[in-house]
Amino acid sequence: MAPARAADGANVTAYIIRRLLYAVPILLGVNVITFALFFLVNTPDDIARMQLGVKRVTPEAITKWKQERGYDKPLLYNAGAAGAGKLTQTIFYEKSLRMFVFDFGRADDGRDIAREIRLRMGPSLAVAVPAFFVGLLVYITFALGFAFFRATYVDFWGVVMCVAAMSISSMFYIIGGQYLIGKLWHLVPISGFSGGLDALRFIVLPAAIGVLGSFGASTRLYRTFFLEEIGKDYVRTARAKGLSEVTVLFRHVLKNAMIPILTGVVVAIPFLFIGGLITESFFGIPGLGSYTIDAINSQDFAVVRSMVFIGSLLYIAGLLLTDISYTLVDPRVRLT
Amino acid sequence: MPFQSVVLWTDWLVYLLVAVIAATMVYVRRREHLRAPWRRVAQSVSGMVGLTVLLAFVVAGLLDSVHFRPRLAGSEASAKAAYSIEVLSVLDLVLEPLRARREKTYSAPLATELYARETIELPDGSQVRGYPRLKYGGAQLKDPERERAADVWRAALGGAAAGAVIWLAFGLLIAAVVARGSGAHISQAWRRIWRAETDVPWHAILLTLLLFCALGGAAIALAANYHLFGTDKVGQDVLYQALKSIRTALVIGTLTTLVMLPFALALGIAAGYFGGWVDDAIQYVYTTLNSIPGVLLIAAAVLMMQVYIDGHPELFPTAADRADFRLLILCIILGVTSWTGLCRLLRGEALKLKELEYIQAAHAFGVRHHRIITRHILPNVMYIVLITVVMEFSGLVLAEAVLSYVGVGVDPSMNSFGTMINNARLEMAREPMVWWSLAAAFVFMVTLVLAANLFADAVRDAFDPRVRMINPLAAKARRREGLAKS
Repeated sequence: MAPARAADGANVTAYIIRRLLYAVPILLGVNVITFALFFLVNTPDDIARMQLGVKRVTPEAITKWKQERGYDKPLLYNAGAAGAGKLTQTIFYEKSLRMFVFDFGRADDGRDIAREIRLRMGPSLAVAVPAFFVGLLVYITFALGFAFFRATYVDFWGVVMCVAAMSISSMFYIIGGQYLIGKLWHLVPISGFSGGLDALRFIVLPAAIGVLGSFGASTRLYRTFFLEEIGKDYVRTARAKGLSEVTVLFRHVLKNAMIPILTGVVVAIPFLFIGGLITESFFGIPGLGSYTIDAINSQDFAVVRSMVFIGSLLYIAGLLLTDISYTLVDPRVRLT
Repeated sequence: MPFQSVVLWTDWLVYLLVAVIAATMVYVRRREHLRAPWRRVAQSVSGMVGLTVLLAFVVAGLLDSVHFRPRLAGSEASAKAAYSIEVLSVLDLVLEPLRARREKTYSAPLATELYARETIELPDGSQVRGYPRLKYGGAQLKDPERERAADVWRAALGGAAAGAVIWLAFGLLIAAVVARGSGAHISQAWRRIWRAETDVPWHAILLTLLLFCALGGAAIALAANYHLFGTDKVGQDVLYQALKSIRTALVIGTLTTLVMLPFALALGIAAGYFGGWVDDAIQYVYTTLNSIPGVLLIAAAVLMMQVYIDGHPELFPTAADRADFRLLILCIILGVTSWTGLCRLLRGEALKLKELEYIQAAHAFGVRHHRIITRHILPNVMYIVLITVVMEFSGLVLAEAVLSYVGVGVDPSMNSFGTMINNARLEMAREPMVWWSLAAAFVFMVTLVLAANLFADAVRDAFDPRVRMINPLAAKARRREGLAKS
């Protein structure tokens, strides 16, 4: 067994390296798209004019604005510079390509974006990670329960409940939760954040609402995964052997249904990011989501651009994780 | 009333969509194999209930898609007629009383007084602090405190009764149609409907209609004298806002997929059918687009488009044009982000189909590629398109609300559920709370999305062969049938 394991390990490493290399053209594509969006649809002059107020802007003010932010260079090719500077002293190189080494430049308020991102990652993760794992546990439990009681009234009303729950906008869950638990019952603060153990008080409500918000859709989806597995022949064989329904569900169905569940879960990681966006802004958590929303509201394009890049990076990491998690769950899958 | 008709960009697309749906219906009606799955949809109780509710929303949305600019009063005499800068729709005409009756500021649902205390000048010249009476809400009452409850009940019950009478007419019409179809007498058909013996679950549809007519009748009767859902900060009727928001939601839910459908179809099928470098290139494009988190791509694109709109005011003569252009852009960008999933599904299906024998045979006969694609592949992937379109609708309606909250949704001047929630949220901290805008947005949104979800499930169950195999209730029914036979 041992040599095979080692070979497997080498395989996985080679696979990961290949996937990382594969990610480079994709990130480059993302970069080109954002560059086109931010600098070709509107020239830096347009943006400067809008930021400074559309009417009565002097050309000097625009030049100064562009100079302060480094937008006063040519877009793609700088004929005025010497040597390699022809390509490096351009907006595309300085604003887009530099992101590959995590140099995001400065936000409009003068702060270093990379530092802000490092600082704000903690609070974001503190809310998103518990919500993610508790959510997974809750959805799988309920879905397995409905599958156990399939074709009965428990299952029927469970699905009805799920459909009703998924028809309610996540914003209503947040507003309702804040009103009931924060304002009416005074159990936890309505919004805010603090460090250390005290943070727990601020995390509970947003995390719980995060779980509740996608309860309907996820539970119903997982239920279909379980039912699909239950209909297969090996399950019938297991029953024929005389195994109890509970054993069949936990030992056979659950394990096999983990494959489609994992696919969905890891693909959902960027969407977790979206959920974080409104949750964080409603609850005043100083994470990446509220940072992005603030940047959008104050039209701080440098921050939005950086977040697009970070988001894509996370998504690609998510895809890689999916593939690796397959090998952990399903021994038949080999990474080649 | 003289007017100048205005057709906004999204109006054109809405008309196109209606034309496409009508043409599809005619096409499907003539072909038995295409009608069969639709018949299964028609037999689903929840699906038909959802469809009934959806149709009510669609009527409101269509009325709101016919726009015009009324001529300004006093400009008839001059040679060149001047038209109002305000773009109205047919729905605005229907709701004219709601639109015109503006209060000063917030007022609670069915209230007769303003929400905020103000200094009122009494006829004798003295001043008191109190809640002033509304200009329109309950203005017909002399002593609102004593008369209001009775008046509200009278109006509500009267309206509901009138609604029930209209419903009875609907019911008889449906019974007559059923009777014609089965050749039975109309009373016989009526009995069969209520015993649920008809193929189409008319009893469920009629019950939905009854609920709808009664509630609608009561709402109309109440809205005549009161503000049913209260008024917002500038005194606008919230019910009017909610009804106007329907079009925005429907446009986002349907046009988004309509706009991107040609791309998804062409690229998805091309990738699967041709394979090789075409496949690689298309896969690269959609993986790249997919890897940008949707909301950020939308935010970036909408922000940049807003800069463009602000920088080119000459292209947009009215505020409605501006808001409409932004709505269209939002649809396109939402389409770009949601298109990749459909593209991947189509690629997989085309990959599978091209290996089948009938397509190999077509190749052997020397049929051209584009003919194979249009004649043999396209019809066989349409069920995926249909399922995706209906399944995506409710998600898009929900997404609009979130995006408008983030500030990258529709134009703030455009009525939408998102802007309603966003404006209402700022008033949450008030004491007593201003809850009615939220409540109205909640009621309308949940009804629309729930109806869409139910209908979408029915469509998926009917069209997706995989679902029917794992539906436990259907499996149970099959087993029972099997037992009965043996």
